[in-house]
Amino acid sequence: MLLIPCPYCGERPELEFTHGGEAHLIRPNPPARADDETWTAFLYMRENLKGVYAERWRHARGCGQFFNALRDTTTDHFVAVYKRGEPRPP
Amino acid sequence: MKFRTHDGGRIDRKELLPFTFDGRTYQGYRGDTLASALLANGVQLIGRSFKYHRPRGIFSAGAEEPNALVTVGRDSARITPNLRATQVELYRNLNAHSQNRWPSLEFDVGRINDVLSRFFPAGFYYKTFMWPRGAWKLVYEPLIRRAAGLGKAPTLPDPDRYAQRYAHCDVLVVGAGPAGIAAALTAANAGARVILCDEQCEFGGSLLSDPAVSIEGKNSAEWLESAVARLKENAQVTLLPRTTAFGYFPHNLIGLNERLTDHMDVAPDHLPRERLWQVRARHVLLATGALERPLIFPGNDKPGVMLAGAAHTYLHRYGVRVGSKAVIITCDDDAYQTALDLKAAGVEIAAIADVRSSIEGPLAAAARGAGIPISAQSTVLSTRGDSHVTGVTLGVQNGSAAEHRHLDCDVLLMSGGYTPSVHLFSQSRGKLDWSDALKSFVPGRSAEAERSAGACRGIYGLGQVLADGAHAAAQALELDLPPNSFEVDALERRHDSFLGALPGGSSRQKSFVDWQHDVTTRDIALATREGFHSIEHVKRYTTTGMATDQGKTSNLNAMAIVAEALHRPIPQVGLTTFRMPYTPVSFGSFAGVSRKELFDPIRTTPMHAWAQAQGALFENVGLWKRAHYFPRGGENMHAAVARECRAVRDSVGMFDASTLGKIEVVGPDAAEFMNRLYINNWSNLAVGRTRYGILLREDGFVYDDGVVARLAADRFHVTTTTGGAPRVLALMEDYRQTEWPQLKVWLTSTTEQWAVIAVQGPNARKVIEPLIEGIDITAKAFPHMSVGRGKILSSPLLLFRVSFSGELGFEINVPSDHGLEVWEAVYAAGAAFGITPYGTEAMHVLRAEKGYIIVGQETDGTATPDDAGLSWAIGKNKTDFVGLRSLQRPAMKRADRKQLVGLKPKDGRSVLDEGAQVCERPAQRPPMQLIGHVTSSYAASTVGFPIALAMIAGGRARVGATLYVSQPTGDVEVEVSSPVFYDPEGVRVNG
Repeated sequence: MLLIPCPYCGERPELEFTHGGEAHLIRPNPPARADDETWTAFLYMRENLKGVYAERWRHARGCGQFFNALRDTTTDHFVAVYKRGEPRPP
Repeated sequence: MKFRTHDGGRIDRKELLPFTFDGRTYQGYRGDTLASALLANGVQLIGRSFKYHRPRGIFSAGAEEPNALVTVGRDSARITPNLRATQVELYRNLNAHSQNRWPSLEFDVGRINDVLSRFFPAGFYYKTFMWPRGAWKLVYEPLIRRAAGLGKAPTLPDPDRYAQRYAHCDVLVVGAGPAGIAAALTAANAGARVILCDEQCEFGGSLLSDPAVSIEGKNSAEWLESAVARLKENAQVTLLPRTTAFGYFPHNLIGLNERLTDHMDVAPDHLPRERLWQVRARHVLLATGALERPLIFPGNDKPGVMLAGAAHTYLHRYGVRVGSKAVIITCDDDAYQTALDLKAAGVEIAAIADVRSSIEGPLAAAARGAGIPISAQSTVLSTRGDSHVTGVTLGVQNGSAAEHRHLDCDVLLMSGGYTPSVHLFSQSRGKLDWSDALKSFVPGRSAEAERSAGACRGIYGLGQVLADGAHAAAQALELDLPPNSFEVDALERRHDSFLGALPGGSSRQKSFVDWQHDVTTRDIALATREGFHSIEHVKRYTTTGMATDQGKTSNLNAMAIVAEALHRPIPQVGLTTFRMPYTPVSFGSFAGVSRKELFDPIRTTPMHAWAQAQGALFENVGLWKRAHYFPRGGENMHAAVARECRAVRDSVGMFDASTLGKIEVVGPDAAEFMNRLYINNWSNLAVGRTRYGILLREDGFVYDDGVVARLAADRFHVTTTTGGAPRVLALMEDYRQTEWPQLKVWLTSTTEQWAVIAVQGPNARKVIEPLIEGIDITAKAFPHMSVGRGKILSSPLLLFRVSFSGELGFEINVPSDHGLEVWEAVYAAGAAFGITPYGTEAMHVLRAEKGYIIVGQETDGTATPDDAGLSWAIGKNKTDFVGLRSLQRPAMKRADRKQLVGLKPKDGRSVLDEGAQVCERPAQRPPMQLIGHVTSSYAASTVGFPIALAMIAGGRARVGATLYVSQPTGDVEVEVSSPVFYDPEGVRVNG
């Protein structure tokens, strides 16, 4: 079970969180102006990379907040966590 | 106890304990294991091997034991199979049984497998049970199942209690041998919170059986006692004996299994039997030691063939001589100490056969001095004896037949050096490095905040091990390195190791690599010849390392044999994955208190007790218990549901709808938020009105539905499906927080705040009118889809005029505390109209007659609003809502998408199976052309014939057509119809 550093509450066990998929996906705005390819990419195409991955978590059974995290998918180590709306740390 | 020494050992000779093995009574001492007590009584034959049913004895003195598996039980409900006799602590009147033999341990019919063994090579199952195909289920599988497995599981529920605990610490030390104790002392002295655990009943590891050494001027036992006492005094230190660290999970979470009562004569009621610890440690120090490696030679599995270190442990820790005449085959100096100590205890040492070419050092000199014959460059060619070893033929590696020596013995001790126990390190995803010098894998780069210390990283020699433990703790806590205070006085020992099969073994006898799964050198060679070159494939094909011991004594040797056969260096062959648990953990420990009524939380409505008292039967919907139907006077479900439906259609029924999800969406931007989320238009919904809302996912598929009421300009009361409430709120929160954070809107779950009583039927208004204050509920003032606030009895009231039955209907929402009182008042008020409580089954039938969908039944995550016949609900001129853009993709507009329709059986009586496939033509041969499936089907129906809803490709264009539904009894002819079977004009809801 991972130990996840919620930027609002500190380290908490994974049980308190839900995973929110890849971070920094941009929802085309307005959607009507997106062509089929752009919209399909937004819906389905994900990085699924090996290495440092930006993903969303929600402290669902805690403060309820969504936030972003950089996690190394090969080691499960969290490189950084940051609040939604903040840019991805270098 | 013929084989008990006169004194010594850590047993309590004052306390004699009777116990039974296979029905015979023996005696042992407090402090014995079952294995040591059996050996003390001269019992060597403990079990039969898994595949060949060969006689097997005690092989080791610890967790790695592959042979001596027994069933132990206090009573018929407390039977534990497959326990290692080497780890079972003896208690008064312990009952143990051997396994895998019939009719008895001494005479076992299964032994025929050994004689026929050339017909059971590696991969035997895969080669033999291929055909005829039908024979697998009827013949092969039952036969194999009966022959397979070891002990038998108990058939009664486990009556014991199991506890679970979470803990945090600065340093978790796994293993309380010399390295672990030195680490714990160092960490504790620095003020750290320490947990020290060890699988054994006593701390000390190798120190428990090594009297020949002294530490800091004290003999090993005295030093150990004072060290443990110092740890015990420290309030920051938690000591956990009888506690196995079985699993290493991410971010330094370690699973510990503590056994509290299994060693006691009588288990006291106040203690749980086992306790599962989940420890989150800032630092983990692994001091898990090393396991002695067996040697592989012909006939190496007979009772009496044993690890040399085990004989050492039995002598010094338990006061047991493992035999009276021993031959020792070794490549490590430790076995020389064992030989000397056994000889001093009165065991004749017929020979020490050393695998190495040069023999030197103080221990060899001492052995020579004691008159023990020693030979270099030795090998074992064969052993004699059937149910027990009686002799051995030694040879010289690459030597001639003239050099063969036949020696008598009753115990053959072997040592192939040590294999570091890297199980937990590897589970932590640390990288293992191959060490040519040690012929072992040792911990390399760590993946977690973890350090290995002592023998588990290939450091042998007591002085170095103690220093390494202290060093690891100091490094972890970033302490100044303490001076090495552990002065050790012991003879110098040379540690070497051997891998693979000993040379010269051309005998007809089998050379076992994996004792527990009966895998021999020949099996592994055969697997490589047949093309299995990956160690993972060899493992699965031969099953080496796949028994309950997980190959603790066999994996490295198997790998070396593969490497040799393929002429590859060992690191290129690779190592199989180490997985938890290190040793088996009981299910009870994992389950803890989550059993029976605590297995899963149960949610009940405020009216639950009333429904129970009325004899309702309940169904599980998510965690909710919902009344399914209310049988009267011996009615079956069919009769009860038909009666309940009729009552709603003809007069009035009442239904507990409290489980519906409810979310309040509040704020100046509430309407805008709802517009962006739901497909409907909310701007034009007046205060005091409700609308059927549909929520999609971004991919355009129906996610949830429910009635939404506008209570104020800035306040919506959103209902969801019973099961969908949490995920709808989560989706709403996602968009609120991450997509539209600028919207001023607040979301609150109110599911459990409201009790909801649906009153449905032509007489519904007459029933509730007298009870309601503050709302004019006449048809004109309060039309269908209205909502209003008022009072009912003494309770605040939120009244909906909605219908999920197609009849005139109201939903009375009152604060949960008032639910039961209002329910009873409505029931009493309805008596004059024969008001009938109905359950979820009648609710389903009533809604299906009206063609109302249930999300998750008619829809399955691939249905668009149009597929479900709901495109009318999409707000006109909306430029965005969740899922809108997806609905414009070409695939979403195809005419052959599955669409919701009704099905009527042409015979007027067949009830279709839900999930049944629908075809255009009857009696097709496979592959059939399937054009859809039945989603809902009911027998009890007011319309006079069974009805079904279905999703059919291009379904709406097929209304009136004949299709065929595949049923187990044959095809049923059906007519496609509108999904609305009852009151298609929809006049009744306006009553």
